[in-house]
Amino acid sequence: MHRFANPARFVRFARPLTAWCGWAGLVLTIMGLAGGLALSPPDYLQGDTVRIIYIHVPAAWLGMAGWAGIAGASFAQLVWRHPLAHIAARATAVPGAVYAAICLITGSIWGRPTWGTWWEWDGRLTSMLILFFLYLAYIALAQAAGREEGGQRIAAIFGLVGAINLPIIHYSVLWWRTLHQGESIGLTGSTIDSAILWPLPIATLGFTLIFLSVVLMRMRTMLADAKVEARMKRLASS
Amino acid sequence: MTAAFHAWPFVAGAYAVALVGTGTLLGWSIVALRRAERRADALDRRPGQES
Repeated sequence: MHRFANPARFVRFARPLTAWCGWAGLVLTIMGLAGGLALSPPDYLQGDTVRIIYIHVPAAWLGMAGWAGIAGASFAQLVWRHPLAHIAARATAVPGAVYAAICLITGSIWGRPTWGTWWEWDGRLTSMLILFFLYLAYIALAQAAGREEGGQRIAAIFGLVGAINLPIIHYSVLWWRTLHQGESIGLTGSTIDSAILWPLPIATLGFTLIFLSVVLMRMRTMLADAKVEARMKRLASS
Repeated sequence: MTAAFHAWPFVAGAYAVALVGTGTLLGWSIVALRRAERRADALDRRPGQES
């Protein structure tokens, strides 16, 4: 991990990886969504609304994985003082917030024809909404911290504490049984028929690679901005 | 059959939200990166500056 502590070495490694993740992500996302829209059958109960699963589930996964990434980077920042950890956490926050919002909006759109309501204060929906607000708070904190080390540490502690919400989101469907259905995809298998399920891992992998590409682009942007800022300061003082 | 017929506006709306969100995120990140790298490269090219 400390191999990439040098920003120049990180950028050399990240440049080809950004393009690779971006293009592979786009191809897989198009394949997954096309399969989900045109090739998979409608559900016997939900009809064609089931096709929302191919964007809602990847968005939910990325909203949660994004915060797990922030928590991991915050841990690396606080424990090992890795110089790129704060940048990685900040770079993950905006795409994580975007996918948490997409998850909430697409879930709401899915809820209207299946549950008869756009919103319900159900355990899963509420904990996901809290995750979205945590993202907004983290973005504001990290932005306010800027390059000040004390502020960056506060943002990192917030990133770690906020991770408590992740198991709450995951287990919410077991703890509070209301509208949202229970777990349908687990480590050991799925209750979804394979004819409907197959485009989902393709779309999920595609969206994940796009997410990684965006995080890498944002990290490179922040490093380039930091380089310009440092150079301008040096020029001003000389 | 009626439920399936009415499903498509919801499906289209959900896909539009996801695609517009992802497209905006990608486009914004690409533009910001290009702008930042161009600024850094311009400083590197200034005479008397080490890269």
